[in-house]
Order: sequence, then C-alpha cells, then structure tokens
Amino acid sequence: MSSDILFQLYIFILAIFVGFEVITKVPPTLHTPLMSGSNAISGITIIGAIIASGSRKIFIETFFGDVDLTSILGFIAIIFATINVVGGFLVTNRMLRMFKK
Amino acid sequence: MIQSLIIPVLYLLSAVFFILGLKLLSHPKSAPRGNFVAAIGMFIAILATLLNNKILSYELIFSGIIIGALIGSIAARRVKMTSIPQLVALFNGFGGGASLLVASAEFYRIENTIEIFIFCAVLLSIFIGGITLTGSIIAFAKLQGIIRGSAIRFKGQNLLNALLFLLIIVGAFLAINERVDFSTVIILSISISLILGYLGVIPIGGADMPVVISLLNSFSGLAAATTGFVLVNNSLIISGSLVGASGIILTNIMCKGMNRTIWNVLFTGLGFNDKINQSSSENDPSRIAKSYEPEDTVVIFENAKKIIIVPGYGMAVAQAQQVVSELEKVLESKGVNVKYAIHPVAGRMPGHMNVLLAEANISYDKLYDIDDINPEFEQADIAIVIGANDVVNPAARHDQSSPLFGMPILDVDKSQTVFILKRSMNPGFAGIENQLFFNDNSIMLFGDAKETVSRLVSELKQA
Repeated sequence: MSSDILFQLYIFILAIFVGFEVITKVPPTLHTPLMSGSNAISGITIIGAIIASGSRKIFIETFFGDVDLTSILGFIAIIFATINVVGGFLVTNRMLRMFKK
Repeated sequence: MIQSLIIPVLYLLSAVFFILGLKLLSHPKSAPRGNFVAAIGMFIAILATLLNNKILSYELIFSGIIIGALIGSIAARRVKMTSIPQLVALFNGFGGGASLLVASAEFYRIENTIEIFIFCAVLLSIFIGGITLTGSIIAFAKLQGIIRGSAIRFKGQNLLNALLFLLIIVGAFLAINERVDFSTVIILSISISLILGYLGVIPIGGADMPVVISLLNSFSGLAAATTGFVLVNNSLIISGSLVGASGIILTNIMCKGMNRTIWNVLFTGLGFNDKINQSSSENDPSRIAKSYEPEDTVVIFENAKKIIIVPGYGMAVAQAQQVVSELEKVLESKGVNVKYAIHPVAGRMPGHMNVLLAEANISYDKLYDIDDINPEFEQADIAIVIGANDVVNPAARHDQSSPLFGMPILDVDKSQTVFILKRSMNPGFAGIENQLFFNDNSIMLFGDAKETVSRLVSELKQA
C-alpha cells in the first residue's frame, strides 16, 4: 500500500513539472483559451463520477427512507463535470477560431 | 485483460493526448488542433471508464452526461466574449464541485474500511473542491454584477478564516485517533470549505478578479488531482496536476502585472481607496489637461508613420472593438504602421483583451505584450489610449507614495503625442489620479470611446 501512495506521489510531482514546461510555452495572447481549455481538462473528474454513479448501490438511512447516496452524489457530479468538459472544449474552440492573421 | 491492461493503457493514452493538446496551444495556428486533441483525450478517458466492470447500471450515467452536455453547449454557444471571465469562473466552480462530490461519494462507499491516507485525501479533495465551488460562484456573481464588485470586508475576517481552517485540522486529528466519527468530520469539512470559499472571495475587489480566477482555475485542477489520490487513479492525478500547474503560472503572471503578491491580493486588499478619493478632489489650478475634439486631431494623424493603440477594459465596456479595428484599417491604408500594446491585466482575466480584439478581426501578430512593445513607444508618433488608465500611469515608475508604485506600465508618455480616450477625468478602477493626463504631449478626447473612434474614422476617411 505505501509503495502505491509513493508511486502516485511520483506521478503527481512529475506531472506538475511537465505542466510547467508545456504551459510556460503558451504565448500570453492565448492565455484565455488556455484557461478555458485546461478547465475542460480538469473535468476529468467525470471518470470518478461515472464510477461512483454506476457502481454498487450503498443505501443510507435518512428521514426520507433509504437513499442510495453514492449514486446520487455521482449523478450530480456527472452533470457538473460534463458541463465543465463539454462547455470548456466548445467555448475554447469558439475562441481559437477567432484568432486570425 | 480489459480491466487490468486495456483500461490503464487507454488512460495513459488520454494523458498523452492532454499533454500534446496543451503543447499545440503554443501557437495560435496550431491551437485549434490542440484543443481538439485534448477533447479526444477526454473522450478516450470516458470510454475507458465505461468499460470498468464496477459499473452495473448506465441509466444514471447517460442521463447525467446528456443533461450536462446540453447545459455546457448552450452556455458555450451563447456567451458573449466580454463575459468569458464569468463563464470560466463558473466552469471552475463546477469542476471543484464535481471533485467534492466524487470524493464524498467514494467516502460513503468505503466508509467502514477506509485507510487513513485515503481519508486525508478525501478531506483535502473536499476542502479544495468546496472552496473552488463557492469561491467561483462569488467570483461569477461579482463579475456578472449580481453582487457588488467592490471589496466587502469586516473586522477579524482573516482570524475567522484561520479558526475555521483549524477546526478541520482538529476534526481530522480527532477522527484519526478514533475520538469522533469519520463521517462527522466529512460533513463538518464540507460545510466549512463551502463557507471558506465564500469568505475568501467576498473581500476581493473587482480589479483583482484576474488573479482570483487564475487561482481558482489552479484549484479546480488540484481538486481533481487529490480526487485521483482518493480513487487511486493516475489519470486524474496527471490531468489535475497539469491544470494546477497552468493555473499557478497564470496567477503568477497576473500578480506580476499588478506588482502584488498573492498573499497581498487574498488577505490585505488595496486598502487605500479612501485616501485617494480625497486627494483627487483637490483642484490644483496650474494643472489643466488639454482637451480636443476628434476632428481637431486629423493634422497630427496626417504626419504619423507609427501608431500604437493601447486598449483597456473601458474599450470593451463601450463595445468599441469593431470601430477600433476600422480605425486600424484606415490608418494602414494611409501607410501607417499600427500595433497594439496589451498589458497583462488589460482585461478581466489573463489574455482576455486578445480574445476581444481577435473577435473584432484584429490580426494576432499585431498584438504585443508589455516587454516587446515598451521599447517601441519612443519611436511612435502617436499612442492612442482607449479606456485604459492605471496601466499607463507614469506614477508607477517614480512616485514612491503612489499605490501603483512598482507596477509594470506601458510607457505611452514616451511617444510624441498621446491621445487619451476617456469618459471624464474620473480616476480609474483603483481610484488613483493619473499624472499622464497633465503632460505636455497628452491630449484628452472626452466622450464615449465608440463614438469618438467613429468620428475619428470618418474624419480620416475624408482627409
């Protein structure tokens, strides 16, 4: 288990370095599309949301009766993340097509 | 085979696509392809996830995707380019919110067998995600004008924030030592992080929003990365860190553009507005700014070879981008060399001004950033400042008592003649009087920027 965590930390740190290298090369003129585009990429949480809303049901007793909490949270998360992904890539595309010489 | 090999390979592929996509953003020509490549990467990641054998039902998944895609595409299509900062703020918020929800969902799934490291990752994910969610909503509301844009402060604000933060740490410590339930601490952390997002952004004034949006952008990425630790998913960790790094770089550029530190923006604010308003009401009779009508300037334009246009947010507010583009075309038809000088904080978010000018069909190779254009002002016959103020205030260079002192500015005062298009003599966003207006080579053109530029264009066409 601890080697698992360590491995994830390796990936985390190295990915941050890659990010710094790649993104410092983006010219200031494209910083807004960079932001909306990277925003769409941060919608990657959608894959966690998909697993949560589609996996085994966990019922939790509430005032309203038994509620499948994991699916409900996952479902809302899917909506949020999809707005992020679809909206982000589309609006970035719309902006980038305006940049002409 | 599918579970242990194909899915991880597809995730790796999607990460490669994200990095390649960001790499292609290094030039306006290849950038649309970059965005497309990144979108393919996302498609691959989603496809790989749907193959996961933990997934038992698809109804909720597909209905969620359809609802989200509809909302996202309508928002992306309808938004005006002046409102892009609000939209990005809101999207940041959704990203953070999604991370908070996914981490919480995973917590409830594994509550009874949770390991301490995963529990800490869940807390961190909730903390960053929650702050991003409410912080972004407040940033959105301020930019959209739903709530007052100015800084809202009260005594002991920073102390309250610190205490709330401490409460989460103490809660986590007690839970790990089995003094309180894990789930109690989770609920506590969700509430506190949502409150902290609100408290954190509400005291920040409108002028500092470019910093805040960049920072929240970084947070939305870091929230995704910490959720990756919760789910033991490398794809989330990689993509989240890329976005986190991007947001940090942009935050840094914005802070440098305003000569402030991130701590100063977040925790102290400008804090000099009251004093400034008093000093600007003093009337010194020896200082009179020259004011012309647009028609009187034609003679000056006729002898010009090189003109630099300095657009500020005031230009966008007056919706004058299109006429500015016309002005450029008229001048170029007379053989004038026209360039645009873009200050890092000219818009409401990094690079915002460039998008607004691109929308008005202004070529991107005529847009220059501060370091490239500043040496050129000395050779310029005319600098035209349209709706910008603080970013051309020479006090930033020499006046140690000015709150702007040290901020990088565009050296418009070094050109032969400076035209300043402005509504009135009122000080700018930060409420600071501008020495530039009283210089001998400065000429004020008062009025609505769009109207002034139109009048200029029609005069120049006749001349």
